Amino acid sequence: MTSAGGPVGAGSRAEVLRRVREALGGARGPRPPVPRRYARRLTDAEAGTRADVLALFTERVADNRAAVRHVSADELGTAVAAALWGREARQIVVPADLPFGWLAELDGVRALADAPAVDIGTLAAVDAAVTGCAVAVAQTGTIVLDGGRAQGRRALTLVPGYHLCVVHADQIVGTVPEAVERLDPARPLTWISGPSATHGIEMVRVEGVHGPRHLEVLVVED
Amino acid sequence: MTASSPRTTPSFPRTSPPTAVGGAVPLPMPKFAAAARSALADTGQRRSLRVAVAAAREREAAAAAELSDWDELRETGRAVGDATLLDLDAHLETLERAVTEAGGTVHWAADADEARAIVTGLVRAAGADEVVKASSATLREIGLTDALADAGVTVHETALADLVVRLGDDEPSHLLSPALHRDRAEIRELFLRNMIMSAPPADADSGSEAGDGTASDDPAALAAAARAHLRERFLRARVGVTGANFLVAETGTLVVLESEGNARMCATLPDTLITVAGIDKVVPTWADMEVFLQLLPRSSSGDRMTPYVASWSGVTPGDGPRAFHLVLLDNGRTRALADEVGRAALRCVRCSACMNVCPVYERTGGRAYGPVHPGPIGAILTPQLRGVDGAAEASLPYASTLCGACADVCPVKIDIPEVLVHLRGLVVESRRRRPVPTPELALMRGLAWTMADPRRHETALRRGTRWARLLSRGGRIRRLPGLLGKWTEARDLPAPPAESFRAWWTRSRT
Repeated sequence: MTSAGGPVGAGSRAEVLRRVREALGGARGPRPPVPRRYARRLTDAEAGTRADVLALFTERVADNRAAVRHVSADELGTAVAAALWGREARQIVVPADLPFGWLAELDGVRALADAPAVDIGTLAAVDAAVTGCAVAVAQTGTIVLDGGRAQGRRALTLVPGYHLCVVHADQIVGTVPEAVERLDPARPLTWISGPSATHGIEMVRVEGVHGPRHLEVLVVED
Repeated sequence: MTASSPRTTPSFPRTSPPTAVGGAVPLPMPKFAAAARSALADTGQRRSLRVAVAAAREREAAAAAELSDWDELRETGRAVGDATLLDLDAHLETLERAVTEAGGTVHWAADADEARAIVTGLVRAAGADEVVKASSATLREIGLTDALADAGVTVHETALADLVVRLGDDEPSHLLSPALHRDRAEIRELFLRNMIMSAPPADADSGSEAGDGTASDDPAALAAAARAHLRERFLRARVGVTGANFLVAETGTLVVLESEGNARMCATLPDTLITVAGIDKVVPTWADMEVFLQLLPRSSSGDRMTPYVASWSGVTPGDGPRAFHLVLLDNGRTRALADEVGRAALRCVRCSACMNVCPVYERTGGRAYGPVHPGPIGAILTPQLRGVDGAAEASLPYASTLCGACADVCPVKIDIPEVLVHLRGLVVESRRRRPVPTPELALMRGLAWTMADPRRHETALRRGTRWARLLSRGGRIRRLPGLLGKWTEARDLPAPPAESFRAWWTRSRT
């Protein structure tokens, strides 16, 4: 743990740990059990069927002030093109491994693949990013990206002003515990629940501060 | 060119003169009651505060009520917090190992001085003369912005409200909304004066106070101005500095919740990322996040999920920073840990729910609590982190009516009133052996002496009654003399009866 700058803090490692041990004392007693009686799945009342889970996801994404649409697999290319057209996006950036079919219907939109990595200035100049996701959470209307297939590096969905995210129905889980279980914390994760927002001025909600101003989700039902 | 205004004299004296990197952190000096006075006198601000916290309170209550298992989640949050603290040493070592294996570097800081020196050294080693900084109570606690400025590094505050606080050379007034004490017109004024936005082209002299009549003070326009202003700084920044909400020991994962996207920017775009976090932010396992990722968003902003939750473990080739440093900070936390009652405060996840339900906070706002931890949680955290020797710290446990609303909403069930009462005891205890007793203690000792003997007691009663009746008007005493006058500042005292019970007893039995 001593690379650049390490030695400065290393000096206090022993001291901090000593203080912790001293504060806790010698006999710490038995560790009380941690009860885990909360729900891990959605209840039947919340969503009894698979269709209910999808409906809940759609409702909650919309609550988070993101646009959301359901499309069938063979409509996806058209839906992506229509969404980009609707936001007047002329130049977009996409992860290098985005399925080709998603962009098949683009007309008049230039898509930059992020391989080799586009520089930050270019990233700031494009109008939108199109990605997939790793997991989505119905209860909170959240999409989670982990840098895996069709998602790219984190900057892609952070710098451009508009993020269009494609979610496959089978990626949607009911609850936060289910999502945590599916995700690998070793990968960099980004949980996105709506566009960038602030309550910084008079606690009034304003969208689009530093991150994307607009988030749009396309749910693909197979 | 920088986001910072020339630093003027802080409104409170510092403990010691500011020096270079080793300089003292600006501390809140006045006692709570004195510091609250100006806020209490500002009726306009009190009104906007009341409206804002009421709205936040409602959002949070609705978000909590939506989950049928909310109480079970809180109970688990409490239990995980307690269990973590009991094995904190082991979890910290696990965390260090996991972060290091994932390509990060871990530094340990015993106090704020050391943390500032570590971060300043890392920024210098990276060869940077500016950093982008995300909002964090821990960074504020160690006084990082001033330390870096003293070392010649320009610090760009990137959260909208932090930018406002910095421009106004203020202390933050709310954990989630630090610029709550500024209204939109004042913010517009600050932005114009600091060239973050300019007045419409019709007016050439954009910076002047006189010519800004038409620039919008709409929050959306102000936010857009801040976005444009900070964008270029993000894109060229080589070092980012952030805090963290959670440190997952098992996997070495840092978790940050935010809504603007500025923390993501700080953690993603620069080459070097430095995160400073208290040792109390540790949770043992990744699975524990399933609890806190439900408790924290709903308790803090009332969202089902905070707009952005970012997590990373060390560095990832081709994605984000190439160097990652985690600075683990003690700075008084082990002092709190040593107190078996008070250590509950270390479970705090900094959600701010206790502020929004507190009748005292609702009236005084956050700045009376000092610069770092406002509200009820600050009233128990600050005296523990810094000790109760100072008058300001010692006044904080009394900044409460003990109504208990904070304990009811706390997502990790911190019994704040219990800790407040416990700390009041410590304050009294710490003053018992001073060479010059406090007036209260002197009075109590005098009373103890008087009441220990029946004759002394009766004499005092007789004389006291006579004096008290002389002071009364219409059966009430409106003002007691001398130090006792503090008692009657806010209340009347009934005049004692002409004859005491003891006197009557003696007379009627003999």
